[in-house]
Amino acid sequence: MEELGITELKRLTEVIHQKFGYDFSGYAMSSFKRRITRIMELKKVNSLDQFIQFIETKNLTKEDFLHEITVNVTELFRDPSFWRVLKTVLPKTTLNSPKVKIWHAGCSSGEEVYSMLIVLKELGMIDMVEILASDIDSSILKKAKEGKISLRNMELNEKNYIRYNPTGDVKQYFLYDNDYAYFSKELLSKVTFKEINLVNLQPFAKFDMILCRNVMIYFNQNLQNQILKTYHEMLQMYGYLIVGTKESIIWSDSANKFLTVNTEEKIYKKYKD
Amino acid sequence: MSKKEEILQKHYKAVVIGGSAGSFNVLVNILSKLPEDFPLPIVICCHRLKHVRSGFIEALQIKSKLKISEPDDKLPIKKGEVYVAPANYHLGFEIGNYFSLSTEEMVNNSRPAIDITFDSFSYVYKNKLVGILLTGANKDGAKGMKSVKENGGVTIVQEPSECTIDTMPKAALAITQIDLVLRVDEIIDFLLKLNKPV
Repeated sequence: MEELGITELKRLTEVIHQKFGYDFSGYAMSSFKRRITRIMELKKVNSLDQFIQFIETKNLTKEDFLHEITVNVTELFRDPSFWRVLKTVLPKTTLNSPKVKIWHAGCSSGEEVYSMLIVLKELGMIDMVEILASDIDSSILKKAKEGKISLRNMELNEKNYIRYNPTGDVKQYFLYDNDYAYFSKELLSKVTFKEINLVNLQPFAKFDMILCRNVMIYFNQNLQNQILKTYHEMLQMYGYLIVGTKESIIWSDSANKFLTVNTEEKIYKKYKD
Repeated sequence: MSKKEEILQKHYKAVVIGGSAGSFNVLVNILSKLPEDFPLPIVICCHRLKHVRSGFIEALQIKSKLKISEPDDKLPIKKGEVYVAPANYHLGFEIGNYFSLSTEEMVNNSRPAIDITFDSFSYVYKNKLVGILLTGANKDGAKGMKSVKENGGVTIVQEPSECTIDTMPKAALAITQIDLVLRVDEIIDFLLKLNKPV
């Protein structure tokens, strides 16, 4: 297969916008190119023209495309040290409001949300929170809602949890059968799942904490900047913004409106309107 | 003129180095021999434990005069600095010369994967890139070296007989006409002569 050039990628984003109504022009091109190449290989399509035809003849549905283009690799308690720090931050959120509103923007298959629920449960805060989890991909949201994790992935999840809490037992939050672990329905009931595309995000509510970890790395700086501005608007004063451990907001227009709570784990706090 | 001299006549914009089993000591050795004013950026993609986030950079830094760091997403690249792919992320590069990270699926059972880093850098730097593949126990990097070559860049592998495990350089040699096969001391000598045509 021929390597896709930058003009071809631009042409493709136009076709996608037209056919599916989703704008990918603000995506980081290196990973976008890899995802497109991956879909083309998967669908055994050899050229861009053939791929465009594939889209136009509806051989590839919008839902399929969104599912394949997004990265859905995640773990329970990814970065255990982050969760140890978060555990000390969460109790402070109750100082701002009696009902703490948390948003997981880009929740993928849900592991980060389950981790949050476990931490909140262990802190005795589970009845003090309202959680929203969103993703652009409706099929992955469905999976997140189910709370079903293949046993193959549970080994890593359990190891991560032990690194977070060496004396705890993560198994108590799951029911097991031969192939899957099922996350506690009771804990899951605290979460509202919603389809949201961050590309055209408009403020729709106020939150005490927004987590958007390893999501904006797939966007270019302009789009990141735009979204960070909206997150700032959607946070209560002294609310927390959390991004991935290798992301930074210091270069953005909103940077001076946040204080750094933890440099390593990329936890910020809104302190200016 | 030898092939090596011919290559050194040209001007380059970056060096990417990949390695796995046995490569840590080689990297320490290479980085300890390069001067503070090394004229290019060096990007390292090395297989490492996914959950160990700290210690790696510090260990590489001890003997080196160059600034070594793990880039945050969207950080612009600078010459004379060394960048290491962070644990559990793929390290890519964007047109506009800045880094981009990703948590995509593992490639060759690895994240970071050398194939992704090499492929991404060669897409941007084309014939201005030098790719070096060191000792290692799997085939990651072979396809990446092919991309470097196909984009007109320079390909170098560590002399297999000198490697702790030679699977990696051999895999690259099997699918690409590699420009130079060098021992570590020769790789260092090559790097010291880069962008200094006589």
